[in-house]
Amino acid sequence: MRKTLGLAALAAVLVCGSANAQQINVKIGVLTDMSSLYADIGGPGSVAAAKLAVADFTKDHPNVKVDLIIGDHQNKPDVGSNIANQWLDVDKVDLIIDTPNSGVALAVSQVAANKNGLFIVSGAASSDLTGTKCNANTIHWTYDTWMLSNGTASAMVKTGGDSWFFLTADYAFGYALERDASAVVEKNGGKVLGKVRTPLNTNDFSSFLLQAQSSKAKVIGLANAGGDTINSIKQAAEFGIVKGGQSLAGLLVFASDIAALGLPTAQGLVLTETWYWDMNDANRAWKKRWDVERNAPGKLPTMIHAGVYSGITHFLKARLAMGPGAVDNKAVVKKMEEMPTDDILFGKGSIRADGHKIHPAYLFEVKKPEESKYPGDIYKLRATIPADQAWRPLSEGNCPLVKG
Amino acid sequence: MFEIFGIPSNALFGQLLIGLINGSFYALLSLGLAVIFGMLNIINFSHGAQYMLGAFAAYLLLQYSGLGYWPALIVAPILVGITGVLVERLFLQWLYKLDHLYGLLLTFGLALIFEGVTRNYFGSAGLPYTVPDSLRGGQNLGFMFLPNYRAWVIVASLTICFGTWFVIERTRLGAYLRAATENPALVRAFGINVPLMITLTYGFGVALAAYAGVRAAPIYNVSPQMGSELIIVVFAVVVIGGMGSILGAIVTGFGLGVIEGLTKVFFPEASNTMIFVIMAIVLLVRPAGLFGRRA
Repeated sequence: MRKTLGLAALAAVLVCGSANAQQINVKIGVLTDMSSLYADIGGPGSVAAAKLAVADFTKDHPNVKVDLIIGDHQNKPDVGSNIANQWLDVDKVDLIIDTPNSGVALAVSQVAANKNGLFIVSGAASSDLTGTKCNANTIHWTYDTWMLSNGTASAMVKTGGDSWFFLTADYAFGYALERDASAVVEKNGGKVLGKVRTPLNTNDFSSFLLQAQSSKAKVIGLANAGGDTINSIKQAAEFGIVKGGQSLAGLLVFASDIAALGLPTAQGLVLTETWYWDMNDANRAWKKRWDVERNAPGKLPTMIHAGVYSGITHFLKARLAMGPGAVDNKAVVKKMEEMPTDDILFGKGSIRADGHKIHPAYLFEVKKPEESKYPGDIYKLRATIPADQAWRPLSEGNCPLVKG
Repeated sequence: MFEIFGIPSNALFGQLLIGLINGSFYALLSLGLAVIFGMLNIINFSHGAQYMLGAFAAYLLLQYSGLGYWPALIVAPILVGITGVLVERLFLQWLYKLDHLYGLLLTFGLALIFEGVTRNYFGSAGLPYTVPDSLRGGQNLGFMFLPNYRAWVIVASLTICFGTWFVIERTRLGAYLRAATENPALVRAFGINVPLMITLTYGFGVALAAYAGVRAAPIYNVSPQMGSELIIVVFAVVVIGGMGSILGAIVTGFGLGVIEGLTKVFFPEASNTMIFVIMAIVLLVRPAGLFGRRA
């Protein structure tokens, strides 16, 4: 009798064990701006990208089951951290991803650190996320302020744009961009002739543009984002800034901003991105599927959307490698750092000790209207910045996770 | 070339002119608000959204019926004005007898709906709209480069502002309107259709907002939130000028544009705040506004 019971127990253990080995349950939360300023660079497009990533991965690995949930942080850090808290405490979300708006991302990163969650940032820009504010539960995936200003500013200086005037958005993000870009300009032998701090959400930049014009600087650096960037570029065209021989350098411009400006206005603008839909066949094929999932004609996928896809894919790979059962999220991050990254959109890459994903960056120039052959054909590639030069050196970020 | 407070004089002239141009937007928008408040006693919080609808209408006309800037300048305000008439007939007409707060809440709600719906269909990044070919380029005035489009903006704005002021203050129609606000019952007794007049006035105020929106489309980002960013400043202008005072709205609009322009030179960080500082001071000294009559 005792023997039979023992056998039954053993059988039960085996059955459960093999069932567990087959089934890995994961919950992913896309925390983004669904309805406001950043809804086009992240938002529903990020959700579509997440769905594609999950569909692709579970097709090859049917034993992984993914629950996808969506949160709208409305660009408010308190709303964002409330959702993150609830996701970690109640809903047991394994991965929080996206989160445009540096303010919200920094808050959520703190929540992830306190509650031992896992947070992959694709949407936010601040290089502090892997600098002084880095932690063992956060990975910064797609781009950051250092990379953007380094790419654009050094390329401009090298091609003769050696005197700069900055239009800087008057808050932490603008200062960070201006600081990083000025350093690059001066390091490459250029000069910063002046700057003007413009209040956030300024409607009319003509006053500031006149100041930039009279500074006689060769390059006007736009250390701003979103509507401010669009307004300043639109009005610079009107005031004949580019025709007058000065160049504009957009320090944070997305494909969706170019669509909003139209090529006649945006042509000639130089900018840095890490992903563009029309660069290769794999990206083009992915865009077709993204278009179907997003279902909004005329919208372009941005590098943030691609980063969401790539981040989720790598997370699921790491999670699969760690097998079923409960895992510690810090260990998942470690695992993700150990495994080289490889996906259809970003190719091969890696994650550093400070939590930064490393891949090449690209310097683009916006095409002239007559060069554009089909809708969404907006960039020509000017230079590729190799992965080892594109990002802030590990030693300069002052991230406490990096020793010595 | 001489200097004023360390700024070269020609730079300063440039900034004054820019200020005047921006002021013309403030004037036009606050004019619509003043007309609506003066005649209907409604604080039209959806004015910013209606300005945005004007810009979107211009974009849609160009995309779907090939109508360029010039026709849109007339067609878009009419279309948006018609939506204004509907709003007045369906909702606002029931609120005149109630506290101002009801009108404010209703129009604020409408503004949120207009913004939400456009964002749902067009996203938040914005839509492209360029300066019409006939107004491309600009003139070198010696002290600054003045884009032709900006010159047109200021001329058009002055014409409309003066025209509206003239109609309301100096014509028979305007006299009826003003009388109808003072004592609707009596004016009705003279056989004048007061409700119709009020409806059309609201439609006109809304059309003014849409007209400003069309003019803004080539130079400002055409996005769902473009109105809400501007409307707060415009309300400050109306409060400074005196609620409901048409002349006050026009003069204050231009004046504040100039002051804001100068702030952008001397203390750029404060340029968004300056108007509210002035508003606070004016409210302390003259609670009814510069041109307002004490109730």
